[in-house]
Amino acid sequence: MSQERIIEVENLVKKFGNFVANDHLTFHVNKGEIFGFLGANGAGKTTAIRILCGLSAPTSGKVSVAGFDAYKQTEKIKRNIGYMSQKFSLYEDLTPFENIQFYGGIYGMSAKVIKERSEKLFKRLEFEEFKNKLIKEIPLGWRQKLAFSVAVFHQPKIVFLDEPTGGVDPITRRQFWDLIYQAANDGITVFVTTHYMDEAEYCNRASIMVDGRIADLDTPLNLIKKYNTTSMDEVFYLLARNMNKQ
Amino acid sequence: MKKFWGFVVKEFYHIFRDKRTMLVLFGMPLIMMLLFGFVITNEIKDAKIAVLDLSYDPTTRNITNKIASSGYFQIQEVLTSDKDIESIFKKGFVKEVIVFEGKFEEKLYKTGKANIQLITDASDANQAKLIAEYTSGIIRAYNNELNSAYTMPYKIETESRMFYNPETKGVYMFVPGIMAMILMLVSALMTSISIVREKEMGTMEVLLVSPLRPIQIILGKVMPYVFLSFINAVFIIILSLTVFNLPVQGSILLLLAECLLFIVLALSLGILISASTDNQQVAMLLSMVALMLPTMLLSGFIYPVENMPVILQVLCQMMPPKWFIEIVKGIMLKGVGLDMLWFETLILLGMTILLLSISARKFKKRLE
Amino acid sequence: MRTIGYIIRKEFIQIFRNRSMLPIIFVMPVIQLIILANAATLDLKRIDMVVVDEDMSQSSRSLVSKFNGSPFYKIEAAFLSVKEAEAAMHKGKAGVILHIPQDFERDLLKENKAKIQLMVDAINGMAAGLINAYSSAIIADFNKEVISDLVTIPIPDGLNKSINTIPYYWYNPQLSYKNFMVPGILGVLITMIGMFLACMNLVREKEIGTIEQINVTPIHKFHFIAGKLIPFWILALAELAFGLAVGKLLFNIPFLGNIPLLFGFAALYLLVILGFGLFISTFADTQQQAMFIAWFIAMVFIMMSGLFTSVENMPDWAQILNKINPIAYFMRVIRMIILKGSGIKDIINEVVILSGYFVVIINLAIWRYKKTT
Repeated sequence: MSQERIIEVENLVKKFGNFVANDHLTFHVNKGEIFGFLGANGAGKTTAIRILCGLSAPTSGKVSVAGFDAYKQTEKIKRNIGYMSQKFSLYEDLTPFENIQFYGGIYGMSAKVIKERSEKLFKRLEFEEFKNKLIKEIPLGWRQKLAFSVAVFHQPKIVFLDEPTGGVDPITRRQFWDLIYQAANDGITVFVTTHYMDEAEYCNRASIMVDGRIADLDTPLNLIKKYNTTSMDEVFYLLARNMNKQ
Repeated sequence: MKKFWGFVVKEFYHIFRDKRTMLVLFGMPLIMMLLFGFVITNEIKDAKIAVLDLSYDPTTRNITNKIASSGYFQIQEVLTSDKDIESIFKKGFVKEVIVFEGKFEEKLYKTGKANIQLITDASDANQAKLIAEYTSGIIRAYNNELNSAYTMPYKIETESRMFYNPETKGVYMFVPGIMAMILMLVSALMTSISIVREKEMGTMEVLLVSPLRPIQIILGKVMPYVFLSFINAVFIIILSLTVFNLPVQGSILLLLAECLLFIVLALSLGILISASTDNQQVAMLLSMVALMLPTMLLSGFIYPVENMPVILQVLCQMMPPKWFIEIVKGIMLKGVGLDMLWFETLILLGMTILLLSISARKFKKRLE
Repeated sequence: MRTIGYIIRKEFIQIFRNRSMLPIIFVMPVIQLIILANAATLDLKRIDMVVVDEDMSQSSRSLVSKFNGSPFYKIEAAFLSVKEAEAAMHKGKAGVILHIPQDFERDLLKENKAKIQLMVDAINGMAAGLINAYSSAIIADFNKEVISDLVTIPIPDGLNKSINTIPYYWYNPQLSYKNFMVPGILGVLITMIGMFLACMNLVREKEIGTIEQINVTPIHKFHFIAGKLIPFWILALAELAFGLAVGKLLFNIPFLGNIPLLFGFAALYLLVILGFGLFISTFADTQQQAMFIAWFIAMVFIMMSGLFTSVENMPDWAQILNKINPIAYFMRVIRMIILKGSGIKDIINEVVILSGYFVVIINLAIWRYKKTT
């Protein structure tokens, strides 16, 4: 695996008034890897991901995504990324194809390419039966898979997934991760936040955020070994407790 | 019960924290009153006119001067040919052209008769009629002056008294209407949208599984608006007392009670609308068509009901604001009490009960 | 450019898919036109008069019958005292009270002078003025008749000069108020539909969260605003065409002007109004807020625009304020084109002003719309 760094973050700080949501974050993401960004609710994951996506400006620190600066070149960053937000982000009153068409269009893809690629996509996902239904009539698990497919439809360099599997049953979660692996195989870097620690074990590397800080960062295997535990779940529990003690 | 009050308090916070809405909520009555008190007027003032004087003698100049100094008109242009009339109207500023026929004075003194044409731009019919009437009034007065040497016998003197509004101020007519409109807006429109919002966002389901009963949820959503509407009603009354020197001839307590009744009526309308749709934009458009329009036009607010075609008059009788406006006029301006207004009050009460029971049934059905 | 097309297509799919919205959008104009055009009249058609005749003489009776002869008056004569009559007015049953005092006839014949009282319910000041004028005119007429019946000597020549005023009502000889109202209502309709829908549409994306997904794309702010503006622009223009057809079919409104000119001007005006709506939407987080703010602004603008009452009668400060009121320009021009057939050179000023307005407002909207927070 090449070690080209696609995301570089140094001492990133984000404050809302007096509240420090991100406290001197420093990490990098290698090209092509699946990077897990773990932490409890309210640990500052979403804040960080929004900064990386160019939705929100950092207070201080150095942030570069796909080689572009997160202060001044947000629009260039946006050209190279895909994003699936925590909030469900497809239009409920449109069909899957209409959603794809809309987002694909915004990224400047031609009608022909959109059509070809979406047909392939529907086939691969075995999505035919839902093709002409409105999103609101489709089960949640399928919607999430579709939302992910929309986020990578324009073949970005990096895709950011913010809690993509919230509220989804274990089988669908498994299928969802198959999709993530597939995207990674296609060369897309995956940056994923989650609070399901079993999912963390699917990542190449994972960072664990507690109270706005990165408590630790390594491959899941190393982390499990380092803290002498049997699962990421225990690692997380340990780190969160330590942090609270301080 | 404690849970219920907790819910009401939460709803209150929601609304009061929203500064923009609060600003509009209380800015609206103020601005509406100012608009209707000072801006919306049918009185002619400095209407722009043009003169085409084909005679140009002392009499025509006298008449022109009388018209120019009346305060109603402003002579914008002096034309020289009747060909100019069309083009001047097309520009849209001049509303009337006064045409004196040739040899005006000569005709008047020799034959006792002379003609003036008043050509008005009647694309605005009301305005044109008023302007023509005002102009002929000035000319008639001048004419009477000319004939003053001769006094008529058997004179009937008419003494006119303007009841309730001696200075015939426009704002007397509008205050009750504004009150109806604002209360309707705040109560019906705001509630319908705030309930539909919960449905649209899916939070209604959360509320429904809570131990609160559906009726309590609706009540909780509605309470803050009752309060806000009531404050607004008081605010409007204070404004009309202070800024416009409008009297409250009758009992202020009765007035407030009637306001409360109307607020509840409007709220039940809002609940009914919210029971019929899940989409905020639809709720808004429905409220606009079903509430605002009738409130403004079919209530006697701007246009008197008795001038309308019979079918519309019948329709007006079914509009709650029409009855409310009657009541407010009665209490504020005429100083009458419940003995004169019991019928109107009963109608409002009946409408409220009817609407509440319909929406209660509708809601139950949808929620279950 | 292609991006804008995709946004427009998406908006149209959503608009047409919303089953309850479209009927409202297209049924509203018909209802509004029918109701408004018929309701919005200040012509007095019926005056409820209560007569208190304390004289009960021949003269008083013939005066009352004079009122009875007028189609405007609906006369109730069963009241014996002024007190009773006033109570009727309190109840709203009497618009005007005619009080003929005792000895009316005697005074008239013996003293050469008699008094009559008119008491008008003046809550509606405008109507009261008219009622008073009509009633006084009937009494004056009656007076003339009395005089010509009683006075046999001809009035000396030269003392009686009469200036005749002949009113001509151009563009609308029947003085139909509908002709004036229908274009005005159309103006209000397309304003409301355009401004509200555009405004609420953008806020809806904020509320349901899809705006986030759009903000994370490299879409140009201008493209986004344009994509949001154009669908409602087309919709409002369609609404105008529809409304004009309804106005023509139902009310036979004369149409003197050039239709392309009207649509050209409406198109320009709508750009301003929609820009306004989008600008407002950047201040709101919820549709409720957006609607409320938009409603408030639209209300003030419409009231001041001269929809009901002429702008020229407003106080100076209001007229100055109207210079920044796009609806006021539109009200003037739509009526000028439809009713008077005004041409491009008559409205060139308004065209220039609204064009400038559009440039300013659209830039404000784009500037206020932030992709980052």
